[in-house]
Amino acid sequence: MKIVVCIKQVPDTTEIKINPVTGTLIRDGVPSIMNPDDKGGLEMALRLKDAYGAEVTVITMGPPQADLVLREALAMGADKAILLTDRKFAGADTLATSNALAGAIRTLKWDLIVAGRQAIDGDTAQVGPQIAEHLDIPQISYVADLQWDGQRFLVKKETEEGYQRLAVAGPCLMTVLASGCKARYMSVRGIVDAYNKPVEIWGADHIEVDEEKLGLKGSPTRVAKAFTKGLKQAGEVFEVDAEEAVGIIISKLKEKFII
Amino acid sequence: MNFDLNKTQALFRQMIREFAEKEVKPLAAEIDEQERFPMETVKKMAELGIFGIPLPVEYGGAGGDNVMYSIAVEELSRVCATTGVVVSAHTSLCLAPIFEHGTEEQKKKYLPKLASGEWLGAFGLTEPNAGTDASAQQTTAVLEGDEWVLNGNKIFITNAGYAHVYVVFAMTDKSKGTKGISAFIVEADTPGFSVGKKELKLGIRGSATAELIFDNCRIPKDNLLGKLGGGFGIAMKTLDGGRVGIASQALGIAQGAMDETVRYTKERKQFGRSLSAFQNTQFQMADLETKVQASRLLVRSAAFKKDAGQPYSADAAMAKLFAAETAMEVTTKAVQFHGGYGYTREYPVERMMRDAKITEIYEGTSEVQRMVIAGKLFK
Amino acid sequence: MLVKKDYTGVYVFAEQREGVIQSVALELIGKARELADVLEEKVVAIFPGKGITDQCQTLIAHGADDVICIDHPELEFYLTEQYAQVVDQVVKAFRPSILLFGATTIGRDLAPRLSARLETGLTADCTKLEISETRELMMTRPAFGGNLMATIMCTEHRPQMSTVRPGVMQKLPADPNRQGTIIPFEPKFDKARFKVEMLENVKEDKGMVDIAEAKILVSGGRGVGNQEGFDRLRDLAEVLGAEVSSSRAMVDAGIIGHDRQVGQTGKTVRPDLYLALGISGAIQHLAGMEESDFIVAVNKDKFAPIFQVADLGIVGDVNKIVPLLTERLKGMIK
Repeated sequence: MKIVVCIKQVPDTTEIKINPVTGTLIRDGVPSIMNPDDKGGLEMALRLKDAYGAEVTVITMGPPQADLVLREALAMGADKAILLTDRKFAGADTLATSNALAGAIRTLKWDLIVAGRQAIDGDTAQVGPQIAEHLDIPQISYVADLQWDGQRFLVKKETEEGYQRLAVAGPCLMTVLASGCKARYMSVRGIVDAYNKPVEIWGADHIEVDEEKLGLKGSPTRVAKAFTKGLKQAGEVFEVDAEEAVGIIISKLKEKFII
Repeated sequence: MNFDLNKTQALFRQMIREFAEKEVKPLAAEIDEQERFPMETVKKMAELGIFGIPLPVEYGGAGGDNVMYSIAVEELSRVCATTGVVVSAHTSLCLAPIFEHGTEEQKKKYLPKLASGEWLGAFGLTEPNAGTDASAQQTTAVLEGDEWVLNGNKIFITNAGYAHVYVVFAMTDKSKGTKGISAFIVEADTPGFSVGKKELKLGIRGSATAELIFDNCRIPKDNLLGKLGGGFGIAMKTLDGGRVGIASQALGIAQGAMDETVRYTKERKQFGRSLSAFQNTQFQMADLETKVQASRLLVRSAAFKKDAGQPYSADAAMAKLFAAETAMEVTTKAVQFHGGYGYTREYPVERMMRDAKITEIYEGTSEVQRMVIAGKLFK
Repeated sequence: MLVKKDYTGVYVFAEQREGVIQSVALELIGKARELADVLEEKVVAIFPGKGITDQCQTLIAHGADDVICIDHPELEFYLTEQYAQVVDQVVKAFRPSILLFGATTIGRDLAPRLSARLETGLTADCTKLEISETRELMMTRPAFGGNLMATIMCTEHRPQMSTVRPGVMQKLPADPNRQGTIIPFEPKFDKARFKVEMLENVKEDKGMVDIAEAKILVSGGRGVGNQEGFDRLRDLAEVLGAEVSSSRAMVDAGIIGHDRQVGQTGKTVRPDLYLALGISGAIQHLAGMEESDFIVAVNKDKFAPIFQVADLGIVGDVNKIVPLLTERLKGMIK
């Protein structure tokens, strides 16, 4: 079995803060991490590899520094890594991103593509299903568990009300929830080897896609403006003992007709 | 000259830091409180290869280096000094001497299982009457046919009872003084070997510290480690490596206490201001931070020299001396900054202060380190 | 070349599950009505399902002008390809200017698949939709864990597609006398592409309530500490007739399920009363609750960001205040 896992390097958004005076984002010192859902997807692929034997290739699109998440993936147990990096990819929205990734994946052999449900910097959950459409293969999103019965993938998909069990034969694409399985740590041996394995660096000329579909040119959406929300006017804050605090809360709730 | 970690070391630090935060830190207070050996953490570390970091791949190791090993002990100790010393005692005091002094047969037999964590390792040198003066060994080993027969007691042995492999020192020829000391490999299931009472300690309370008892303990002749009479040299060389481990542990404890104190003094308000806004806090913390960073450079430099095959005995002693005394100072002041809360178990600095003390004592007291440093200075 | 005037109407994917129209569908129709009135165009619901024809009037009552009803046995359960073929055919036949989906597990699966098929733009999880002076759709959404808001436009492609989270838009009150047109639509399925088989559709009572529907939320964060602390929150919630919810810290700690997480990666809520207990107010949490009508925050740290959005802030220990508050409220309610 050959599995391609799409991963993304993202800023750890839980570490981002807003400057309370200027209302702007403080991005300095925010660490870059492997997107959590993608890490869950890689874990699922590695479990299939452990159980049935598979070759796992990780692919990411990003700046040269995204090499780091590929090394992390290799240290976790991935076999091959591809970095898509080219100025022609810059300014891509989800559709253009999915076209670039699909273009790269077309040049590979695979039975299964795994992606994270969504990335924590954009939260769009779009790139996975869009790749599946470009490659004309079925998709299953919100995957919490993934098994292989020798012929078909057996999938547990989370829904708002519970879950669904679905079956699909390869080739297909899954988007995975981080909560579906706890990702392994990099092994020490894997870390030592990670920089001995090659990371292939591919530009736009290496992939099978119409260049018109890439980057800013290939992006139907544009950011018209971006802004921080600004801070709401703070209410009253009391620093009193517990007894008094409870009194204040109750009188406020009465005043607001909540109780 | 380059003071940065290389890419592999940096990736390793990322992993071990995340592991420490997520897997080790949540247990730190509990294992201290219950004086419980963290077996579940040992199993997790074994799976990741943390028990064979600097060992070559051909013996089942990860093929890393001593800088990585030092980072591992530092990052583990930053959240839990007990977990740090489990790895340090195993790696520096058992895996390393077998790798450095063992025969090919011994290496093939012991190293893969030690590196995988299937077997934990320990080291037996100290005796009731042979502490800092390690030459006063009273444990004896006598060759009878194809077996060495060991008799005597070892005390304060880290990982005792949980380790399967012990590197043990015994007198093979009393007339020769230190030249009559030899090193042996003893397995836990050997008849005549037993583990005595467990010590109740001030700090690193989750680590198992106990007595080893040899009562006509018979081991194969081939379990002599290194040359006959070469034991004292092996012990001293092994302790040089052990000091890098304990210096890393001390550094980790100091860093952990710094982290806690920075956070607390930013949060804690007195007289309408954060503690961190007072110049007294700032100046004291600046001094402590400088010492922690100086410790780190000493520790890294000693580990680097060991990897480079350069003499590092005095470097290890300086790293251990300075990092241990820094850990004690930082943790004591951290408790002071935390005030009454710092004295309670609600905050981890109380534990860190108790844990720090041992780093000034084991693997050679601070006084021994000064002897080593002065010995090089005035040779 | 795109001729924009060929594309008109604000279309809504009217999501139903087992024949029950989802609240988000009606919320989207409410918003679509507002947008369509500015454009002076129609609101059209695309309504696929099995045995759902008799419910078209509900969509009309809530503001739809037309309902394109695709009532077909293949559409009993949501499966990506079946639904994608239907909506793709409808879009190609009717040419909407705007197409909205609920940001549910269905909408977030279907919309991106369609955007690639239709080669148009899609903006996810919008919190605000407006019409610009040039009659374009302005779609505003949070990014970077809620730290940044971005307004996105799709001016050169049609339809302009977006998903909107449940609970963000407001439905219109039902008007049973409202008139509209029901347009039956016969899909042409390419069954060779139906590759995914549904083996089982399980409803799990995870003790799940939709916290987005709650009027009062008692929400706990890291400051609550542990399971025991959280149990005290449950007691308080019971007295108030409230639901409990939490910040991400509690979910990560395994104390409460993800379905009760408020925030950027959890749910967006706007109850009448939000009690933030031991929640420091990381920005991604604020993103999910700051629209609440009245926010009471209790936290040890007086400089916690939660106090910047709270209407009433108490600097103190939640584990002391909560039991006391519960007791007092119990006394009052008796």
